[in-house]
Amino acid sequence: MSDKKTLTFALMDAPYENARSTTALRLIQIASKRGYDINVFAYEGSVFLAFAKQQRHPNAMHGRNAEEENHVLTKELVSSLMQETVRNGGKIDWVNCGMCVDERGAGEAVEGVRRGSPADFWKMAEASDNTLVIGTRG
Amino acid sequence: MKVLNIIETAYRATLEEQDDTGVWLAYTMKGVGADLDVLLRGNAVNYAVKGQDASGLQFGAWRQTQPPRLTEDVSNLISKGVAVFIVSEDLRERGLEGVPLVEGLTSVRRSELARLFGAYNQVWHW
Repeated sequence: MSDKKTLTFALMDAPYENARSTTALRLIQIASKRGYDINVFAYEGSVFLAFAKQQRHPNAMHGRNAEEENHVLTKELVSSLMQETVRNGGKIDWVNCGMCVDERGAGEAVEGVRRGSPADFWKMAEASDNTLVIGTRG
Repeated sequence: MKVLNIIETAYRATLEEQDDTGVWLAYTMKGVGADLDVLLRGNAVNYAVKGQDASGLQFGAWRQTQPPRLTEDVSNLISKGVAVFIVSEDLRERGLEGVPLVEGLTSVRRSELARLFGAYNQVWHW
């Protein structure tokens, strides 16, 4: 029996709001390192994780310009995770909820991210060994 | 595959979304053939309470014409064949025991949840 798993993650949180976004990406990274096939359904604010227009900024408190500060851009984390997954022999399908994208004007995503719907999420979950929902908490 | 969606975080941007995004997702996936049910717990049990009125949001000349109607949305789920469970203790702790609720709900006690979860392939907690 193969140890290869397929996991689906449903994310909801927007980046830069709480630690759940980073935790979610770290969990995806663990799956990636194991060579698993990964599906991500980015729902609501999490569509901004892969938003292509994110830009670095300086940080006056640190006395650093934008280049020196090298601020975390979640779009780069997403791209890097996608590349790492493929390098490790896995596949990754990152779907941004289309209606969530539209209401936020978040249509420009990094390469490899596609637009989808709840139907895609259901198909992903059906084809997976398990699904983890990381919902926003009020 | 059969999935139970636990909806617990309540009224999360419902004025902006004009619905609850967990309820909406369940309804939409049911429409594409998903086999799923819903469990309302915590503050989300209030979604089943009749008589809610979220209308009236207004900023200057802008008025919301389609406020969230969460009770109707829960009722629509049930009409679509989704079993909607509600935790009885969560109703009681919020003073909602005996208030008019959406028809067709299935009341469950906390002590019954583990057995309920066992009836599903996956449990998603929203």
